[in-house]
Amino acid sequence: MSLLVYGTITSIILALYAVGFSLAYGISGLANFAHGALYILTGYSVWSFLNQLGLPYFLSALLSVIIIGFLGFALYWGLLLRVRGVPLAELIVTFAAGIAILELLMWKGFYGIQYSLPLFVRGGVKLGEVAVDYQRLFVIGTGIVLVVLLYLFVHHTKIGLAFRGMAQNERTALSVGIESDWIGSLSLAVGSALAAVAAVVVLPLGVMESAIGYEVLIYALAVAIIGGLESTPGMIVGSFIIGFGQVATAKYLGPKWMIIVPLTAIILVLVVRPSGLFGQFKELEERI
Amino acid sequence: MEGNTILKIEKLSKHFGGVQAMLDVSFSLRQGEFLGIIGPNGSGKTTLVNLITGFVKPDSGKVIYQGKDITGKMPYNIAGLGIARTFQMVRLFYNLPAYKNLIIPLCSSRVKKLRGGKYGERDDVAVDLLDDMGFERDSFVPYKLAGSLPHGYLKRLDLARAMALRPDLLILDELFSGMAMSEVASTLPLIEKFHEEGLTIIMIEHRLKELFRVVGRVMVLNYGQKIAEGSPEEVMGTEDVKKAYLGIEVEIT
Amino acid sequence: MAEVEARYRKKRLDRGIKARADTIFAIASYREILYLILPRALPVIILLSLPLVLPGYWGKVLVYACIYGLLALSWDFLASCGLFSLGQAFFLGIGAYIAGALSYYFHWSPVITLPIATIGGGVISAALLSPVIRLRGVYFAMVTLMLPMLFMKMIETTGLLGGTHGLPALKPFPKGWAGTYLVIGVFLVCLFIFRRIINEDYGLVLRAIRDDDRAVMSAAINIYWRKIQALFVAGAVGSFAGAFMTHHYQFVGMSAFALDYSILPVAAAALGGPGTFAGAALGSMILVPLSEALRALGGMRIAIYCVILILSVIALPEGIFHYIERKYHQFERLVRVG
Repeated sequence: MSLLVYGTITSIILALYAVGFSLAYGISGLANFAHGALYILTGYSVWSFLNQLGLPYFLSALLSVIIIGFLGFALYWGLLLRVRGVPLAELIVTFAAGIAILELLMWKGFYGIQYSLPLFVRGGVKLGEVAVDYQRLFVIGTGIVLVVLLYLFVHHTKIGLAFRGMAQNERTALSVGIESDWIGSLSLAVGSALAAVAAVVVLPLGVMESAIGYEVLIYALAVAIIGGLESTPGMIVGSFIIGFGQVATAKYLGPKWMIIVPLTAIILVLVVRPSGLFGQFKELEERI
Repeated sequence: MEGNTILKIEKLSKHFGGVQAMLDVSFSLRQGEFLGIIGPNGSGKTTLVNLITGFVKPDSGKVIYQGKDITGKMPYNIAGLGIARTFQMVRLFYNLPAYKNLIIPLCSSRVKKLRGGKYGERDDVAVDLLDDMGFERDSFVPYKLAGSLPHGYLKRLDLARAMALRPDLLILDELFSGMAMSEVASTLPLIEKFHEEGLTIIMIEHRLKELFRVVGRVMVLNYGQKIAEGSPEEVMGTEDVKKAYLGIEVEIT
Repeated sequence: MAEVEARYRKKRLDRGIKARADTIFAIASYREILYLILPRALPVIILLSLPLVLPGYWGKVLVYACIYGLLALSWDFLASCGLFSLGQAFFLGIGAYIAGALSYYFHWSPVITLPIATIGGGVISAALLSPVIRLRGVYFAMVTLMLPMLFMKMIETTGLLGGTHGLPALKPFPKGWAGTYLVIGVFLVCLFIFRRIINEDYGLVLRAIRDDDRAVMSAAINIYWRKIQALFVAGAVGSFAGAFMTHHYQFVGMSAFALDYSILPVAAAALGGPGTFAGAALGSMILVPLSEALRALGGMRIAIYCVILILSVIALPEGIFHYIERKYHQFERLVRVG
């Protein structure tokens, strides 16, 4: 039973990590490998507002989400714009930017027990014999809400449709009046903001440090790839597979083994079935 | 001079997404034959070539070459067995000199076995080949960058690239498209010469006048199916063929 | 008659000496011979003499630069046939651990472990990466990025091969300078051999695979086998660097798979100019000393070469080497238009 509860919680956390990344990468075709860096940056931003400017928690969080959203926007115009169309260059450039951010944070000394965000509410509740704190419930709630919103947005709004159009065939999208640059930067901005929301909700569960940024990127990538890039249900399934895989691994092999799950998953999926479980991008598979 | 069956296609079918690009197409080809394949745009001609040469795997059906089943084999294996093709959209390396484009087929294991494409010889062999194709060696045309050559030359370069493999079966996919009359007039004799030397050729063309002058047999495709087969006159007289190319008469009342 | 404003454009012309040196008659004149030999001999002379003049610390930096240089050359070789690797650390780590394990458990000397690690590393790299060579560029890159991370974590969690502590006190090279000159020598040899290969027929086929693999397939060439060969070569070079590093520092640990070893070679090649090998070499010779000079800044250096990488990709895709090469062979002047 506890496995079920922890598995679900972990899976939803993973889905939260992946939601912003999927929006930009899976749905709009923009690789934002600075995703993990933006996640951690949000944490430090909230921390700074909270502890150095003395702002109320909610305000700090809100401001941070907005700032990170803008940063995503700026990332598009500053970096991605210049390498659009070459997916590899997009990956390298955003990844390098992410590394730069994470290493700078580490260099400035942002690690240690004092760098943590307070829980929203203390206390918890019991589900069966399993104790679940309110923060985790909050995480679950936010996760479900965001995933549902993502699905509705992507499949039922005009802008969502524009995002998908861009990923599938940019030329056609352009010729039907979708301004790919604005849409792209919007997609990246929203994706970053989603990463920020995830950070705000999940970071209080532990201590912040740059290494988490790399992990979040790996988790988000794993979920996106396993599930298949274009598909939101795929993202959900992917996060549950990895989530439960992680919890099972932690229980039977030990917590140190947890990160190996997404790493292996990425490699295995790309070898065996590159378009993922629900993927529709068949060109990812062998060309012949 | 025609001999045994060199190529046998049995009920080849392929669909892409919702489109049935090829449905139960069968035909056979004897060694030394010159077969023309015609049909309106989108009738599956290039798909047929891709299916034969291994660039696309069929959903069902068989491709049998020189008695061996080559269905679904890799393109480089099929080329290694002696089937060479040209591409409708010319696939050349424009930033290399023309003759360097031929080095690549000359590096293949097939050529190493046959011609002795040995290291050091390839440059000369490549230039010789181009000279035979009408790229005047004395004017240094083979040494020009492929990107700077006019369209007709590019098509002939593509042909040279295919011939560099010393194929037993040559498939030409709309070689003459985009060529001027003079270029066609200078390339057609080359192809006839290859045929006389024993090469089996399949030629896909839209320029029917030139095609009918050289081919012995014609096959017509429409919407992925074979609708006629026979000599040029027989085929052009068939109702279905006329409908496919020219449409049907409609009475307006 | 209205005055038309004078406009100028840049016109580039080959230097006279280039035209003269292109033909066989270059050997008739010392000036032309020097023109041809200088750019090739200069780096050799400089690199071979530097260890004699540099103080201890910078001598170490030179060795470090050659290690990274080998990784950058290996990256460039793979990139030449269309395989973009973000996991050079993988080759380094494999070679490092093969040599380290052989030395630690069997006490074999570098003379034996180095060749075994080089060849073995090449074989393992090619074998492990061959399932993914059919993938599109980005996805191949992702797998190469994940592999060293995976291996690092596996060593950390299983504790095999020394685990987090690594394998210490391994056999060093016989004399101090033997190691230094070995790595410089191999680095220079690789540079010249790669540059030679890429212009030969073999290299032409590799580049053609990068540019249009279907055309190459229709020319009866098994592109996947060629890519595997390239993986073997690149893997062997990277593994050599790793094995060398193990014996030079007499230690091997999980840090051999660090992200740093994957990123800097790419930055070096991007800075110097991808596809030229000389660019990759030049880039390493610039970035490694630079990063050592900035060592005081700690994590900041990684941030800096990430920034350099970004700038190189965006602003200077051709790389420094092409610029230098162009300047050497051509001169510019302003020509009036209209």
